[in-house]
Amino acid sequence: MQNTFNDKSTASRIIQKIKDISGGRKIKLMHVCGTHEQTITKNGLRALLPRNVEVVPGPGCPVCITPRTEIDKAIRLSRMGAIITTYGDMLRVPGSTSSLAKEKALGGDIRIIYSPFEAVGIARRNPDKNVVFLGIGFETTAPMTAQVLIKEPPENFSVLCSHRVVPPAMDFLLNGGYKIDGFIDPGHVSTIIGVSPYIPLSEKYHIPQVISGFEPLDVLMSIFMILRQLGNNTAIVENEYWRVVKPQGNPSAQQLMRDVFEPCSKEWRGLPVIPDASLKLKNEFSGYDAEKRFDIEPVENDSCGIDCPLCGNILKGLSNPVDCELFGKLCTPENPVGACMVSSEGTCNIAYRYGNLVL
Amino acid sequence: MNNYTFMCLAVPARVTVIEGDEAVLDYGGVTRKANISMLSDVKVGDYVLVHVGYAISKMDEEEARETLKLWDEMLKAAP
Ligand code: SF4
Repeated sequence: MQNTFNDKSTASRIIQKIKDISGGRKIKLMHVCGTHEQTITKNGLRALLPRNVEVVPGPGCPVCITPRTEIDKAIRLSRMGAIITTYGDMLRVPGSTSSLAKEKALGGDIRIIYSPFEAVGIARRNPDKNVVFLGIGFETTAPMTAQVLIKEPPENFSVLCSHRVVPPAMDFLLNGGYKIDGFIDPGHVSTIIGVSPYIPLSEKYHIPQVISGFEPLDVLMSIFMILRQLGNNTAIVENEYWRVVKPQGNPSAQQLMRDVFEPCSKEWRGLPVIPDASLKLKNEFSGYDAEKRFDIEPVENDSCGIDCPLCGNILKGLSNPVDCELFGKLCTPENPVGACMVSSEGTCNIAYRYGNLVL
Repeated sequence: MNNYTFMCLAVPARVTVIEGDEAVLDYGGVTRKANISMLSDVKVGDYVLVHVGYAISKMDEEEARETLKLWDEMLKAAP
């Protein structure tokens, strides 16, 4: 069923249409999903587009946008003796002076989990230890964190809540004058939130958006659909990925998020504080809130969390990894300097592995 | 498939067995369990997308075929 979306002749048809309707002016499209960046770079899609059509990656990798202050908190909890559980890619993300991987090498009990329910299992099996789940990710992982909290996990379990939500960040970028002509909306996030959260953005900024799937043809088709809107001077939200994304999204997941979280304003790595683009646990769940429970001193907010020369620009789609003097030399997936090189969803990591990023 | 490094990659899998909130899924030969409590109407034989151990959406085969037809029409209609 997947392969039909890989067909070469359909691809050339779409590319031809893109060329036909792209006009001459410069058009900058942004996606906000690491998996879209994978599809685009792995398949060399940028090279197939007309010169005036540019697709840039936005802050769409949840690992990359977790600021170092939040890594620092997990490190502090580990040093206090807690078992830290989190998703694999988080281990090598640099904090201010260390990373969870380094702490693990020094003897910290840090465990990689595949799903939050495994973290709860670890808490059950270690009743004499505090088990903290560093919960990161967008709307695609936040409902799962909510689900384990609703199920009354044991008292020694808590969550360091680093979840973030996508539409307010898109609003922030549009408001900040980054000159984006259209958004390729994230397919997986949309399976959860549905179509409606994007509509106000199109109305407010007159910007076309297309929710896109992850096959090369999906992305090409979405680009075509955005260009078609630009040509007609329309600005609406279209759903290219309707075989998976239902207009209403996933109501149970949304309900879980509403029950457990409320919006808050925190920094994103490489970006400043974005209004309402982060989630925190509601008061009813403060017993499970690691920050409240362990009184981790507030980390001074003196930096935007940028630890490499260009990560900030990379995350905003303003620079190309090859512009960074460290890229591929001092900074590699084995030895990441900046967060964008850590995760398999990070722009620099993808550019390094597939080596054909053309911006 | 190494799920540990693919936190973001929701992979489609076919439901083979349902046991309460859990389902056994087939990822083209590799089997794994997932929680299906966030979806209301999962049946054996359905394709679902899974994120960090939870099925988050159904993938409709009929709609996938329709998509290709719709694309064809859209491309034909474009200038
Ligand atoms: S190559 Fe490394 S240091 Fe340079 S921008 Fe990318 S992640 Fe940052």
